[in-house]
Amino acid sequence: MSGPLTGEPLALEARNITKRFPGVLANDSVDFALEKGEIHALLGENGAGKSTLMNVIYGLYSPDEGQICVDGKEVAIRDPNDAIAHGIGMVHQHFMLVPVFTVAENIVLGSEITRGPTLDMRQAERQIRRLSEEFGLQVDPQAVVEDLAVGEQQRVEIVKALYRDARILVLDEPTAVLTPQEADDLFRIMRQLTDRGVSIIFITHKLKEVLAVADHITVMRRGRVVGTTTPEETDEQGLASMMVGRDVVLEVDKSPAQPQQIVLEVQNLSVQDERGVVAVRDVSFEVRAGEILGIAGVQGNGQTELVEALTGLRAPQSGRILLDGREVPFHNPRYLIEHGVAHIPEDRQKHGLVLPYSIADNLVLSTYYREPFSRGVQRRQRPINARAGALIEEFDVRAPGAFTPAGNLSGGNQQKVIVARELSRRLRLLVANQPTRGLDVGSIEFIHRRMVQVRDEQIAVLLVSAELDEILSLADRIVVMYHGRIVATLATAQATRDKLGLLMAGSGL
Amino acid sequence: MEGTIVHTPRPSSISRFLRNYGVAVAVVLLILIGSGISYSITPLRTTAVLAATLRASTPLALGALCGLYGERSGVINIGIEGQMLLSAFTAFLINAYVGNLLLGVLVGVLTGAVMGLFLAFMSVTLRMDQIIGGTVLNILAFGLTGYFYQQGLTTPGKLQPIPLGPLADLPLVGQVLFNNPPITYLTLLLVALSQYVLFFTRWGLRTRAVGEHPRAADTVGINVYFMRYANVIIGGCLAGLAGAYLTLEQVGSFERMMTNGRGFLALAMMIFGKWNPLGAWGASLLIGFTYAFQTRLQFMGTIEIPPQFFGMLPYLLTIIVLAGFVGRARPPAADGVPYEKE
Ligand SMILES: Nc1ncnc2c1ncn2[C@@H]1O[C@H](COP(=O)(O)OP(=O)(O)OP(=O)(O)O)[C@@H](O)[C@H]1O
Ligand SMILES: [Mg+2]
Repeated sequence: MSGPLTGEPLALEARNITKRFPGVLANDSVDFALEKGEIHALLGENGAGKSTLMNVIYGLYSPDEGQICVDGKEVAIRDPNDAIAHGIGMVHQHFMLVPVFTVAENIVLGSEITRGPTLDMRQAERQIRRLSEEFGLQVDPQAVVEDLAVGEQQRVEIVKALYRDARILVLDEPTAVLTPQEADDLFRIMRQLTDRGVSIIFITHKLKEVLAVADHITVMRRGRVVGTTTPEETDEQGLASMMVGRDVVLEVDKSPAQPQQIVLEVQNLSVQDERGVVAVRDVSFEVRAGEILGIAGVQGNGQTELVEALTGLRAPQSGRILLDGREVPFHNPRYLIEHGVAHIPEDRQKHGLVLPYSIADNLVLSTYYREPFSRGVQRRQRPINARAGALIEEFDVRAPGAFTPAGNLSGGNQQKVIVARELSRRLRLLVANQPTRGLDVGSIEFIHRRMVQVRDEQIAVLLVSAELDEILSLADRIVVMYHGRIVATLATAQATRDKLGLLMAGSGL
Repeated sequence: MEGTIVHTPRPSSISRFLRNYGVAVAVVLLILIGSGISYSITPLRTTAVLAATLRASTPLALGALCGLYGERSGVINIGIEGQMLLSAFTAFLINAYVGNLLLGVLVGVLTGAVMGLFLAFMSVTLRMDQIIGGTVLNILAFGLTGYFYQQGLTTPGKLQPIPLGPLADLPLVGQVLFNNPPITYLTLLLVALSQYVLFFTRWGLRTRAVGEHPRAADTVGINVYFMRYANVIIGGCLAGLAGAYLTLEQVGSFERMMTNGRGFLALAMMIFGKWNPLGAWGASLLIGFTYAFQTRLQFMGTIEIPPQFFGMLPYLLTIIVLAGFVGRARPPAADGVPYEKE
């Protein structure tokens, strides 16, 4: 078979791939074709099987059925070594970097340069610098990876693939954690790579990005390929319905807010990060019942520390936090939970779930010690299971069952478990930090709708997000954080993308 | 105005060196200065104590290296005590019955290796809890050596000091450094070699990667299971050598439970040395010094204190050091976590 554009053999072809996990058919006879030098976007709901397909192509999972062809020839890919040998490189959804190693050590790992028995790191660093210049990918070979921002870590991952001469590059949700500027940088790099004949598979949930950069778009749903199209033939709405299998409302429709009394009041709060650097400086604001206050800002401008202080995970240096007019003790999550504060954390795997625990147990993490889930010192399984069944149904969590470990769920379904747990209590205040990061359009629609519903029940909502669209469509009022300070407060009606973008970058003051 | 991305300054190479090897440097300096002063007062005793320090540190350093290879690759080994004990026993038996010291040492090393293989099988292949796996090794060794122990069995000789030509005639250092039995020399070489292997070779880079982030290592084509097996077995060889040292070089006979907790102390040395061979060696020297010192105190016998109190010194110091002075030592991130593909 040959590609229609160039007449050359396909860079990569996956035929009839089937992969089963216990209780899940993750890939169901999937066909996928990648042309030379193109950017091919792979779209699909959370849990549709995109990462699974890529892991099969990269040799991390062995498929139950199917073949893979590279450059028109069938190849056997039994492990990542085979994939690397056939010029396949992959940047994983969760980065595969050793945090305590230097950039150079991470890049050469597995394909080291040696002189005699000794590692030749000088030579490696020279090669990395050359690659980094050639492709405009700025990396410092001697930096330690754990000190790098996510955008930089991602460049390291790409250089790592190029260092192995990757001609086929898989990028699994590369933009989920990037700032808009970093994402634009990445697209420039991707174009540069395809100009040099690299073929790219690009997974994302952001439809705008797909339409802007892809040559072809393949959509998956529930383990199957639904179809392949091009940006010319479709639009956001069309892609969304293809993914979800029904029409999706991309705009949030909500009535004007009717703010009531103040629920959360923050006075002159200052918080340090773990390195002792002041991350939040003298911040004051309030959130009223029945409104959504959006905190906009580029990641790393103090939002994480602010939310941690508000949810009792970090002790502030100074200032006061008042809930319904009463001062709350610092560093006391249980107090906050009992007084109706819900938290959707930024890092769902680290602060949102106990990954080895079942979905059912995760759903009662904040209430397990109360009636009816416990009596005396004893845990009661039956009410816990009943609750799990009801919530899985209501929040449409896609899982083999309530006893599946949370760690086996796809990212989007993990997020739904957290949202289900947090919204199923009596609430006064909901603190949501990047609540839809990495989620598909259907799940985003669902979570947005729930948040508006919560607001309309006269609950105060604090939304922290780096996504301008999310802030603009959900928030009733917006504050912008920059370098730990609140630099602007505005009504959503007066806010535009451009204005917010400037404020977030620290200019336009 | 500052940029949005904040770069943390990279620590200078000197401060990084001190952070990793501060322990070793401090211990060696202290011993050097102390012995310099003490040598000017009582040269004979000083020489004896220092020579004994090096020898007492040998099994600790070897045991610490054993723990280090395992943990750097992600396998916790608390069975070092058992590996040492059983190896000490087999090495001794071979020497007693065959009368060949070299063969005895080899069989000791082999015993450690086989026990390492067993531990790797339990913790890598069966994904058993690694603490339980190590405990199995210990119980096995205590049981076997206790059951087959023969009272009064003696061996024809033990490993003798080899003076290194004219170097051995130097004052102080000659006696301390250049007139030692073979396993003591070998240990110094192995410490240096391990430092080199772990931080300057392909093997070391891969070993550390597997101990920090096995999945990342897997994605670049490194066989995680193989690396863990190999490193645990290498560690077993070192623990076996430590066992052989006890019976064939230090004591010359086998006693029940003669390891006396050295395998566990070795783990403490590894932590004290922040999972670095040189650091662990420095820590072993410190504890070796207290062994030597307390023996000397017991010999002098002038003070009216029961000898058991002096015997406590190394253990007491270990507790103090571990509780107070280790600082923020960071174990390998995947230490003790079984790896599962898919
Ligand atoms: N290691 C595993 N064990 C068991 N089930 C798994 C495993 N990995 C994935 N699954 C299941 O296979 C299905 C497909 O998962 P996959 O990670 O491929 O989805 P995805 O399309 O990448 O989703 P997302 O957009 O959330 O990343 C999901 O139902 C998931 O629960
Ligand atoms: Mg995925």
